Amino acid sequence: MPLKILVTAKRVEDPESKIKVKPDGTGIVTDGVNYKMNPFDEIAVEEALRLKEKHGGEVVVASIGADKSMTEIRAALAMGADRGILVKHDGPLDPFVVSAILDKLFEKEKPDLVLLGKQSIDDDQNQVGQYLAERRGLGQATFASKTESLESEAEQKKQPGVVLAADGKSLRVVREVDGGLVTVDVSLPAIVTCDLRLNKPRFASLPGIMKAKKKPVEEIVAASLGVDLAPKVAVKKLSEPPKRQGGLKVADVPELYAKLKGEAKVL
Amino acid sequence: MNPPVVAFEPFTEEHQAFRRVVREFAEKELAPHARAWDEAGEFPRALFPRFGELGLLGIRHDPAWGGSGLDYWYVVAYAEELVRSRSGGLGTGMLVQGEMATPIIGELGTDEQKREFLAPALRGERIAALAISEPDAGSDVAAIRTRARRVGAELVVSGAKTWISNGTRADFLTLAVRTGEDGYGGISLVTFPTDVAGFQVSRRIEKVGNLCSDTAQLFFDECRIPARFLLGEENAGFGYIMTGFQGERLVAAVTAVAGAQLLIEDAIQYGQERKAFGRPIGTFQAWRHRFADHMSRLEAARWLTYRACDLFARGQVALREISMAKLVACDLAQEIAYDAMQFHGGMGYVLESDVARAWRDLRLLPIAGGTSEIMRELVSRSAGM
Repeated sequence: MPLKILVTAKRVEDPESKIKVKPDGTGIVTDGVNYKMNPFDEIAVEEALRLKEKHGGEVVVASIGADKSMTEIRAALAMGADRGILVKHDGPLDPFVVSAILDKLFEKEKPDLVLLGKQSIDDDQNQVGQYLAERRGLGQATFASKTESLESEAEQKKQPGVVLAADGKSLRVVREVDGGLVTVDVSLPAIVTCDLRLNKPRFASLPGIMKAKKKPVEEIVAASLGVDLAPKVAVKKLSEPPKRQGGLKVADVPELYAKLKGEAKVL
Repeated sequence: MNPPVVAFEPFTEEHQAFRRVVREFAEKELAPHARAWDEAGEFPRALFPRFGELGLLGIRHDPAWGGSGLDYWYVVAYAEELVRSRSGGLGTGMLVQGEMATPIIGELGTDEQKREFLAPALRGERIAALAISEPDAGSDVAAIRTRARRVGAELVVSGAKTWISNGTRADFLTLAVRTGEDGYGGISLVTFPTDVAGFQVSRRIEKVGNLCSDTAQLFFDECRIPARFLLGEENAGFGYIMTGFQGERLVAAVTAVAGAQLLIEDAIQYGQERKAFGRPIGTFQAWRHRFADHMSRLEAARWLTYRACDLFARGQVALREISMAKLVACDLAQEIAYDAMQFHGGMGYVLESDVARAWRDLRLLPIAGGTSEIMRELVSRSAGM
């Protein structure tokens, strides 16, 4: 059964960039910072492509943000997604608003499945997928992972970790939870958020990048969706984590024990 | 009056999208293995099809044979980012495959040659090597002695080649042979499958750097190949080789600039972390000024190289600019590699460090594809001296 999959591609700071907080704490210094697709979204795009390669269908990639988010949509199209939707919005967003926008896109596209990164690496909220499922009254499977390792043969063969049931009506998802894995079945349409060990995303090929230029991307102004765009959560201040203090050398185990117990008070 | 528009930014959004993917691929999938490949003396053969699958071997080749038919600036972006694999040996292998041994087949080959040699090379299924230098003829290409005699519908090849990158594993060669008179007027190029009787890899050459790139000496004893494997016109090979050298030299200049750039980036980071006498070593004025000189001269070398790339990309004669770019960029990279190693102190001198590998690998650049001395000859002659 062919699947229509909506997948997200958020533009985030490249984790390889050095991030510095502005002196006044209102944000980060953006000079010299590179941007890329949220790595968890890359995993979601990869999973969507694998499901499409196995079952047929269509992969629609959505990004919400300034015009520059087009770069991340093109990156997903270069990997193999079929078309894109850019919801243009300047200014702050929070997971509640993002899920409201995705809710509208769901209404418009009527996908069988929405795949999202479990969280974006910029502010690690981990809420959008859950809100979206709640808004739509759909089943959700968060933190999708798999039992095989990323070095396994199944992974080499780019087998999807999320498995479509024979009747095409549900998905079997292995979820990563504290202390292990849980297997759930979720009815379609469903919301699935992807964890780190679900797959290794592919690199776009050069022909893929050239094809991406010609794939359709619809641009929608967020304000036209009839959604309240005012964030419910405001960032008041950013600050750097405390600088690591230098360590110290101890002569022997008794001294270590004494320091752990007396000074660090961890024993 | 408005000044003319000069396009100082050669890379479009598509070039940059491609650059980002190559960089990530190089950093994530290649660089972690650079040291192990050098220790093993080779990189895995499977990397050829991997590069082929990503479209990296056919960037400017004809789409009819599996290429992408793109402009030269994509090759520039590719070569610049390939440096981030931190393996000069791998870079050599892949650039020989896509940019040195095969463009001439795309340009001059028959459909049969393109089907037999070019298409599988761009997919990474057949390994290609460019075989020109000989034990007694390096820079002096007109002096090659490997001979191809015509016997009926065949060419019978006898002789020897040396310094052949990809040579021990090559499935075919783009081979320079003597088919006519002495001197430059009697040289031809042929496509040469290495599974013919009489062909032998006489030895693998152990080098100072580029340790995971295999370099071979090859021996040809009465090897018979179809005469239709001639590339282009008989006895016109010298001109083809000189044309082919242009691309090889240009990509060497690009690699030198990008390699030196990466060394400077690494040094800046190291200089912030490494402390001596109570402060980061990058804050010492002696070093700051030294690197300021390097960065300034590297920027000059980059734009000279880009100027040569621009002429080459537009199909203009660029012998002078390419020779200048190779001379300046490859020589400058030596000075920067020296200081980068010096700046790292003892850590720069250990075999396993990135800076030591770069120092070893970059040393090849003023030698291969025409030495700096040959570049000076070409530049001075182009000025009528």
